[in-house]
Amino acid sequence: MQLSLEHVGKTVGPSVHLYPQSLNLVPGAVTVLLGATQAGKTSLMRIMAGLDVASTGRVLVDGADVTRVPVRQRNVAMVYQQFVNYPSMTVAQNIASPMRLRGDRDTGQKVRELAARLHIEMFLDRLPAELSGGQQQRVALARALAKRAPLMLLDEPLVNLDYKLREELREELTQLFASGDSTVVYATTEPGEALLLGGYTAVMDAGELLQYGPTAEVFHAPQSIRVARAFSDPPMNLMQAEVAEGGVQLAGGAMWPLTLPSGAPRKLTLGVRAGGLRVQARTGDVSLPGRVELAEIAGSDTFVHVHTAVGELVAQLTGVHDCPLGDPITLYLNPESLFVFDAAGPLVRAPARPGKVA
Amino acid sequence: MARIELDLAHAYKANPQRDEDYALLPLTMTFEDGGAYALLGPSGCGKTTMLNIMSGLLQPSQGTVKFDGRDVTRLSPQQRNIAQVFQFPVIYDTMTVAENLAFPLKNRKVPAREIQERVGRIAEMLEMSHQLDMRAAGLSADQKQKISLGRGLVRSDVSAVLFDEPLTVIDPHLKWQLRRKLKQIHHELKLTLIYVTHDQVEALTFADEVVVMTRGRAVQVGPAEALFERPAHTFVGHFIGSPGMNFLPAHHEAGQLQILNQSIDVSGERRLPPGPLTLGIRPEYLVLSATGKTDTLPAQVLRVQDIGTYLMVTCQLGDLNLKARMSPEAAAPQPGDTVHLQVLGDHTCFYQNEVLVK
Repeated sequence: MQLSLEHVGKTVGPSVHLYPQSLNLVPGAVTVLLGATQAGKTSLMRIMAGLDVASTGRVLVDGADVTRVPVRQRNVAMVYQQFVNYPSMTVAQNIASPMRLRGDRDTGQKVRELAARLHIEMFLDRLPAELSGGQQQRVALARALAKRAPLMLLDEPLVNLDYKLREELREELTQLFASGDSTVVYATTEPGEALLLGGYTAVMDAGELLQYGPTAEVFHAPQSIRVARAFSDPPMNLMQAEVAEGGVQLAGGAMWPLTLPSGAPRKLTLGVRAGGLRVQARTGDVSLPGRVELAEIAGSDTFVHVHTAVGELVAQLTGVHDCPLGDPITLYLNPESLFVFDAAGPLVRAPARPGKVA
Repeated sequence: MARIELDLAHAYKANPQRDEDYALLPLTMTFEDGGAYALLGPSGCGKTTMLNIMSGLLQPSQGTVKFDGRDVTRLSPQQRNIAQVFQFPVIYDTMTVAENLAFPLKNRKVPAREIQERVGRIAEMLEMSHQLDMRAAGLSADQKQKISLGRGLVRSDVSAVLFDEPLTVIDPHLKWQLRRKLKQIHHELKLTLIYVTHDQVEALTFADEVVVMTRGRAVQVGPAEALFERPAHTFVGHFIGSPGMNFLPAHHEAGQLQILNQSIDVSGERRLPPGPLTLGIRPEYLVLSATGKTDTLPAQVLRVQDIGTYLMVTCQLGDLNLKARMSPEAAAPQPGDTVHLQVLGDHTCFYQNEVLVK
């Protein structure tokens, strides 16, 4: 199913919720809408679903204009943050309801298959209220899948679950989406979730669609500082600099060697993600001495916040590291791994990707 | 401040017979004076029950709670001199920030000069000095929660400060700043702090010692590094880290380790008990190589995900899926490739009935 948005905008009273934007979603694939709260993700999804009508522009399904077609007449499945199920129906009846509406008779076998795929087959005779949050959201997901709609919209479906359940369900969803039966739109605030889902990502910020493309490509070549900010967690480290002979001159004083494309603007913003900083030097590295502000330990990684002459930087180190507050620390990075932006915003240079996955 | 000793169990129903009847299985535990502790586990693990028993909101169905050797089992939170911070702000909207912070001290008839000094110090630590005269009503949810934190920390004479998921309402981008604040405050004030959360980042970042809980049992108490490197229980291996530890069923007999249908010689290095074991290895330590050796296991590559700062490779071994985290600079295998997994190494752990073999 080909869903296209043409100059779709939304204003409510005096406030602009969505600036006019165009987007051709890749059919049969997952498109992640990535952005902070208030970026416009839910507004855009409601227009895609037919729950709201755009103030400007058109929505096309396989070339046909559906801008004013209400949700009931469209074939869309939706999953929300809250677990929405029919409280008086059993899990089996909940899953079967979209099939029944479609006129399917023999639903038993299909319900059991779907329930098995989402690991809720043992709860088929229970009511949703008797299940945990994670199980209830699995029921809502099974119901959405049972609809077999060509368009499936998921608005932060895992946000109310704890991180281990999120991990598990995200993995299962990725596999379910991989069948390519539906065009899937998945809204999230978390860059890490976008990367794990793969597919394509549309980065949104303050009502604007900033960039759309294959997820890894958008991540590795963000077209502007705004995209880089939205698509980095922790936020990308940014440093002010100017073009100098053979490299860049940092506002903090140091001069780093770096090949810049011809015609690069004079005032630059250099960016490096937390994972690009390390505590052991390699050949060609430059150093950034500083002081530990905090070491955040995230299980598999340690995020060290460091106060340096060029500002506060965050480094992501694999594993658990003990970095006491206030201790001196030196961070290293290879200048070739820097993102270079025009200080006004646009990307000037993205680092090469050594381990590119085909 | 106090050293807290627990020797107790709790069941919400009378006459508990089986393990499942207990919210908290019989345990003995000591929280040292001035320590920063976290109780970490999924919902229903017993962490809030333990916190409520320490605060005096709940009396254990058996056993005792001692503060500095004194039995306080039947004393109220006030009598135990406990300060508490909850998920949502508990403040007086009509009072100013300063009045809110001063309230717990005024209640205890602390001299005015001392109140002013202490309120000033706490406000400075929380970076609220410029807001002292503002009414709480006009502040955002996370500012209000900062006041709650301040009210919990303002008294220097408390036995302990207990936090129940205190960062729930805080915007994700501000969370790390408050984590840093709490950590700094602990260093400066040396209060006994006990923090309940289901979030590994909060627990591992905040606490010197983390109590990992599941199904009413504390399965490991230790610093972040121990939980990551030497999980004492398979649950800890699974729950800490994203994704968690990989597990493989194995069988040991006379120096031969049987995994699936392959036998690996382990006679030289390890002293393992005979019989069924579970091998645990974290994705960070699972090494993939193109060629097989006598101590590697052949597996099929299912998926390769670009997670930005690293590659996540999912391999299939029999009917098990194992995850390996690879540097983006490494040559990435392709889905369908056969790779050889090095599952034995310094970081490999063995478990017998879910418990680490030492």
